[in-house]
Amino acid sequence: MTIRFDKLGVVIAALAAYAAFLAPFATFRANRIVPGQARSILEALPATTGPLLLAILVLAALVALFRTPLILRLAASVVALAALALLLGVAGTFLTPAGNTFARVSPASGFWILIFAVTLLLADVLTRLNLSPWARVGVLVVAALAIGLLLISGRWDSLSILKEYSNRADSFWAEGSKHVTLALGSLLAAVIVGLPLGILCHRVESLRAGVLNVLNIIQTIPSIALFGLLIAPLGWVATHVPGAAALGIRGIGTAPAFVALFLYSLLPVVANTVVGLAGVPRAANDAARGMGMTDRQRLFGVEFPLAFPVILTGIRIVLVQNIGLATIAALIGGGGFGVFVFQGVGQTAMDLVLLGAVPTVALAFAAAIILDAVIEMTATKRRVETA
Amino acid sequence: MKAWLPLLLRLALVVLLVAFITSPGWFEPLLKPLTENNAPVIYNQGSLLTLTLLHLRTVLIATVAATIVAVALAILVTRPAGAEFLPLSRSLVNIGQTFPPVAVLALAVPAVGFGEKPTLIALFLYGLLPIFENALTGLTTLPANVVEAARGAGMTGWQRLTKVELPLSAPIILGGIRLSVVISLATATIGSTVAARTLGEVIIAGLLSNNLAFILQGGLIVAALAVLIYDGLSAVERYAARRMGREAD
Repeated sequence: MTIRFDKLGVVIAALAAYAAFLAPFATFRANRIVPGQARSILEALPATTGPLLLAILVLAALVALFRTPLILRLAASVVALAALALLLGVAGTFLTPAGNTFARVSPASGFWILIFAVTLLLADVLTRLNLSPWARVGVLVVAALAIGLLLISGRWDSLSILKEYSNRADSFWAEGSKHVTLALGSLLAAVIVGLPLGILCHRVESLRAGVLNVLNIIQTIPSIALFGLLIAPLGWVATHVPGAAALGIRGIGTAPAFVALFLYSLLPVVANTVVGLAGVPRAANDAARGMGMTDRQRLFGVEFPLAFPVILTGIRIVLVQNIGLATIAALIGGGGFGVFVFQGVGQTAMDLVLLGAVPTVALAFAAAIILDAVIEMTATKRRVETA
Repeated sequence: MKAWLPLLLRLALVVLLVAFITSPGWFEPLLKPLTENNAPVIYNQGSLLTLTLLHLRTVLIATVAATIVAVALAILVTRPAGAEFLPLSRSLVNIGQTFPPVAVLALAVPAVGFGEKPTLIALFLYGLLPIFENALTGLTTLPANVVEAARGAGMTGWQRLTKVELPLSAPIILGGIRLSVVISLATATIGSTVAARTLGEVIIAGLLSNNLAFILQGGLIVAALAVLIYDGLSAVERYAARRMGREAD
């Protein structure tokens, strides 16, 4: 009998071995800004759980290393992820001296590499399982619920990032809702303006190149410059147009950020609408005309449904991009999770950076998965209907 | 006559750009109305020329690194030995794109310190996806008869790759590099929030001192660079496509 190695498994096992035995698992600091001291898995965890975690990791790495059934690989990755997540909290409590409120414990490189290696295994299993769009959203929901439960249960409360959170719980949610409002609101505005503009560009060929070129050039202006350049005109509008200031239009703050995100969002929406409409089969249009459909009926009954997956792809690009770009709004007083990122960079307090970065990445990631699933659903529906 | 107009416009843009970054003083009267209280009109904490060159260098290093890694990865997963990595590599590169550049920058700081390095990491990660996607498209949509002919002519796998597959995919790969460069040019400005020396420095100085002239000059130089480089690479791509008899998209 020959033993067969899994090629990806070799990479995962090597990463896990390095991270578990050579890299630090957690960092301990006497207060939030002094340099930290590294702690390995055995130093960071109580005498019983440290070896337990190592055993789980070694087993998971072995499962990854050899060609094993998918279901076993799935179980191994989920168990290892859960163990890492739970025991990180244990390490936080174990390393913090009792009653000491200044000491900070945060995950170190070893922890992050282990998470990466195990997630790689999980991602590989999920890719190979070829899940349906609904199932992928289901996995996302389960993962979000698990993380939510861990947060509510208080098992991570001893970690530095949550201490930063508890110091700013109110502003965290306020900035968070600002962030989401900015990203979604500018997307909505871009769809309301971009769809008709795209349809117009599709119908009127002479407009197409001009509009797309202008939108292309807007994309080349760096985001921080565009944010800054909008301060002056919006400030002028606020002071000179009656009622504008009452609507919340100001030179600095959310208004220029909103307008900048809107301008960046236009290109993907318009361009994809044009591409989607151009890709509608001529036969479908001819058939619709032959049935005596008016232009309007043809647009909403035939062209639009057929172009929908392509338009959705544009919306996915915009949403993921906006969630990321909204962090920059903080530079001009527009709020959002970027506030914590830039404060953290300024104070060299990395846990504060994480407090802003982790929710942003999570939001962008969730948005990408959900929209990919929706795109796939509409695309398969279309294929079934046209077949 | 009409065919000359775009070329003339581009030449004018090049001349303007070079004039602006080498002797910005000439343009002072133009930007003067944008400043208040006798604030300096032209960025005065470093020469625009140096900053532009540093900006371009950062983008160049990141793009070269991203191109090497992305193309190597695409070659690997399109060989029989690496085929099983294809779906996973696709999802990984996709996930990489969901990390906002600001977050990547800020998180790279504790590992590599302030300055150019975190910027390079962020630009590298951001540049990967378009190049990888295009290299994959190029390598998987080769005309089957050409590949068969190469095989029939007795070429080894390596010869087929370097003499047939890569040259034929070159226009499409170039398209990916072009997208990646344009994204990087704009993203590099954010690097100045972690003290990288790029044109973002000018823009951030403008934001901090409420100096619109600074913001405008920084933004316009980056935008002009992006437009010119985009055009230049498009031309190279068309040339490559003509030579290979393949239509670039």
